[in-house]
Amino acid sequence: MIQLLAFYIFASVTLVAGLVTILARNPVHSVLWLILAFFSAAGLMVLAGAEFIAMLLVIVYVGAVAVLFLFVVMMLDIDFATLRAGFIRHFPLGLLIAVVLLVELLLGILAQRGGLVVPVHAETAATPAGMSNIQAIGALLYSRYLFLFEASGFILLVAMIGAIVLTHRQRSDTRGQNVSHQIARKPGEATVNMRPEVGQGIKL
Amino acid sequence: MIGIGHYLAVSSILFVLGVLGIFLNRKNIIVVLMAIELILLAVNLNFVAFSAFLHDLTGQIFAMFVLTVAAGEAAIGLAILVIYFRGRGTIAVDDVNRMKG
Repeated sequence: MIQLLAFYIFASVTLVAGLVTILARNPVHSVLWLILAFFSAAGLMVLAGAEFIAMLLVIVYVGAVAVLFLFVVMMLDIDFATLRAGFIRHFPLGLLIAVVLLVELLLGILAQRGGLVVPVHAETAATPAGMSNIQAIGALLYSRYLFLFEASGFILLVAMIGAIVLTHRQRSDTRGQNVSHQIARKPGEATVNMRPEVGQGIKL
Repeated sequence: MIGIGHYLAVSSILFVLGVLGIFLNRKNIIVVLMAIELILLAVNLNFVAFSAFLHDLTGQIFAMFVLTVAAGEAAIGLAILVIYFRGRGTIAVDDVNRMKG
């Protein structure tokens, strides 16, 4: 019974949060609602018996992508005064979303204790009996899908290098270290022998 | 009892919301990127639902790959946004014609 309730709550929260994400005027609000949508979708996945993907969704999206979005949203907003003034204004919304996330977390744990929404027979279940979901995924991922797994790691590497190359900026006012220049230096070029006149000083 | 139809209904509504978001917020490129994330979330939900109801783990593996591509896409998209902002001082995308040649 609690699984049905949890499914409908997760589904409706996902859809409402998705709707507000695309309708909100303030991009910061959009990101917060997007976090809520992803969290509720993770709850739906837990109910279907895919715990690992659900946790991955929370870690990757709420932990990385949503923070990246928030960072960029705040970085691109030039008017810092209004941004800081918005803290009090955004606080109730942030608190509301935090409370909803907490309630969903508890609901997900409770509902999963009660069983999955999918009628599972041990011999046909997606996760083989006696194995956890992570174990089963790992056994499949590192054997049959090994090359696809490595390819996805390569995609992430390319994305990382691409993002760094795109946003890296060569500043003219900083004095960086030129390693090849340092190594090519010879002792003879570095020091000069002078024989100055007494009381004259030297010109460097 | 919850069937696969319920999951498909949720994910198709989410997909439509994402497509709608792209058309509604064409001026705001950040919200467009978020709408693309919503679309990919709907795809992931479909993968996981079919994986659970067809008793096959492959769907969950592919959901992971979709997740990887989505993360890379968000990173690259936001990096392009940052350099665009650096060059123009604005992120209004209705006059993007720098590559006309």
